[in-house]
Amino acid sequence: MKYWIGVALVLFAAPVVLAETPQEKGLAIARESDRLDQGFGDYTANMEMILRNRQGEESVRRLRISTLEVKGDGDKSLTVFDDPADVKGTALLTFTHKTGEDDQWLYLPALKRVKRIASSNKSGPFMGSEFAYEDVGSQEIEKYAYKYLRDETHEGKQCFVIERYPVDKYSGYTRQMVWICQPEYRPWKIDFYDRKDSLLKTLVWRGYRQYLGKYWRADEMFMQNHQSGKSTLLKWSDYRFRAGLRDADFNEASLKRAR
Amino acid sequence: MSLTRNLNLRFSIAGGLMAMATFAMAGEWSGFVSLEHQGFFHLPLSPEQHRTYFSVVAQPEYYHRIAGTKDSFTFVPFVRADQHDPERSHADIRELTWIKVGEGHEWRLGIRKLFWGVTESQHLVDIINQTDLVENIDLEEKLGQPMVNFALIRDWGTLNAFVLPGFRERTFPGAEGRLRTSPRVDTEQASYESARQRRHIDYALRWSNSISGWDIGLSQFYGTSREPRLLPGVDGNGLPVLIPRYDLIHQSGLDVQLTEGSWLWKLEAIRRSGQGTTFSAATGGFEYTFTGVFGTVMDLGVIAEYLYDNRDSAAPTPFQNDVMVGLRLTANDVQSSELLVGVIDDRRSAARSFNLEASRRLGAHYKLSLELRAFTGAPATDPVFVWRRDDYLQLELARYF
Repeated sequence: MKYWIGVALVLFAAPVVLAETPQEKGLAIARESDRLDQGFGDYTANMEMILRNRQGEESVRRLRISTLEVKGDGDKSLTVFDDPADVKGTALLTFTHKTGEDDQWLYLPALKRVKRIASSNKSGPFMGSEFAYEDVGSQEIEKYAYKYLRDETHEGKQCFVIERYPVDKYSGYTRQMVWICQPEYRPWKIDFYDRKDSLLKTLVWRGYRQYLGKYWRADEMFMQNHQSGKSTLLKWSDYRFRAGLRDADFNEASLKRAR
Repeated sequence: MSLTRNLNLRFSIAGGLMAMATFAMAGEWSGFVSLEHQGFFHLPLSPEQHRTYFSVVAQPEYYHRIAGTKDSFTFVPFVRADQHDPERSHADIRELTWIKVGEGHEWRLGIRKLFWGVTESQHLVDIINQTDLVENIDLEEKLGQPMVNFALIRDWGTLNAFVLPGFRERTFPGAEGRLRTSPRVDTEQASYESARQRRHIDYALRWSNSISGWDIGLSQFYGTSREPRLLPGVDGNGLPVLIPRYDLIHQSGLDVQLTEGSWLWKLEAIRRSGQGTTFSAATGGFEYTFTGVFGTVMDLGVIAEYLYDNRDSAAPTPFQNDVMVGLRLTANDVQSSELLVGVIDDRRSAARSFNLEASRRLGAHYKLSLELRAFTGAPATDPVFVWRRDDYLQLELARYF
């Protein structure tokens, strides 16, 4: 899966780890979690984003997301904007790659124009929210280096705490500290550190549900920016796994008629 | 544009609306209405023209997805009512399209708008739709074009074939409008190379593909030129006017973009025959984006493009040997605030065109847009010379639903 909630599942830990370096143990955890989430095929879901500023004023966006698992490479995804009304019909097509730059095309319905956009924008806010493009993108193992830190009890759960370091030079982060909790090895929290290594944001997952008896997705993801006082709540709904999506649903023609 | 043609369009829109009444229950409506104010800084060249213009626009959109398929039906009428210029008061069907999606192919039938190209300063390759010039002199507003479009989608790229019946004439401002030629263009007397005139059927073919960082398009067009020549003449009262002449042309087009890190490298080139001597024109350049500038989450893009036309000063375009530089500031804020400033500098003369476009969402449903254009230094031989008194500021408030 990996689009959007990718973060949610990427880091499931192997329960038994032999004597190894913290880096090896961190990577082993990431690999195992990725393996556990393989085979979902495709899904569609709706998302509501609630943006809140320091004064508590709210602004809402609505999107629809389709994701296709690609064997041997990163996932493909198509995001269609429904709200606010002035961006209705705008759509974003992303081909994630395990290594190298992702490919992104943006469709602007008013001009009927498809624009290939630079992938260096990954540290930028997604739709003015506290989520950066890289936070919502497919979380491929190869996009980070890892380090296991410690075991810790978090909200009554036994958790691994690991650190990961973005490989891409365009990332807005020096490191991310991730809490992955037992018994089901789900990520519970990420602390994001900015380029100056100051704590920038915290992401928490709420209301996990299991789909197809295997794949865990959270109903809510909440991102708090500690430096600006702003926050963004993502509310997910209408998950449909194995909706029958195919490669042909992720090209320029489908981008233009997505809406 | 004649009143009868305007009325015809209005009747077709009304007819279309009624025909859709049964559909309408299942589909969805969206769109916008807007209020626009244009203020001109200088007194006009002609006493018929004005200093300020108010206008209102409505562009509803009806969309119906046919259940259980990827097929869809879209209807987008457009209407503007201008305070002074009856030519700018006009209606159009921007889209009335049925899309049928098959295995590796699509049929798109009806009236549509589409866009080809990659550059920012001008759009040489984009040829399918006629320019709705009364809307904006940036040539980016287009009239709906009737077409049959077949798209073949394969691993080696997408091949689009077009049959284009029903030519659309370019719109031009009336005597009371600003941003027009002097003398005005008399669209009533438009003439054609083809004996079939507006009924000439045009054809186009385009191949496009994305290969790693490259997006490439190759196109071929045969038919009536969207860009008319403007020939001197007189109107019914014996007053001088310019008369549009639509030639039959062949045009080959190439558009390429290389996307790499923070760089976008862009090139568009065309070769056109049938309109005087065969000529070539090209636009090329780059856009580099700095992310997170000034310690904020804003992006700053730097754009530079070179505009070339081998007809040189004989070209009916102001861009034969020009450089465009621009800055694009994207605030990445909740209001999606954007600012684009640019200048096009003629390397052969002192002619410069300045351009500023800014927009910001207000609340959840409104958007405020500002546009400022100014023209300096154009010699009498430059097509931009006609706008020498037409520097303007435009404010638009749109309500989306």
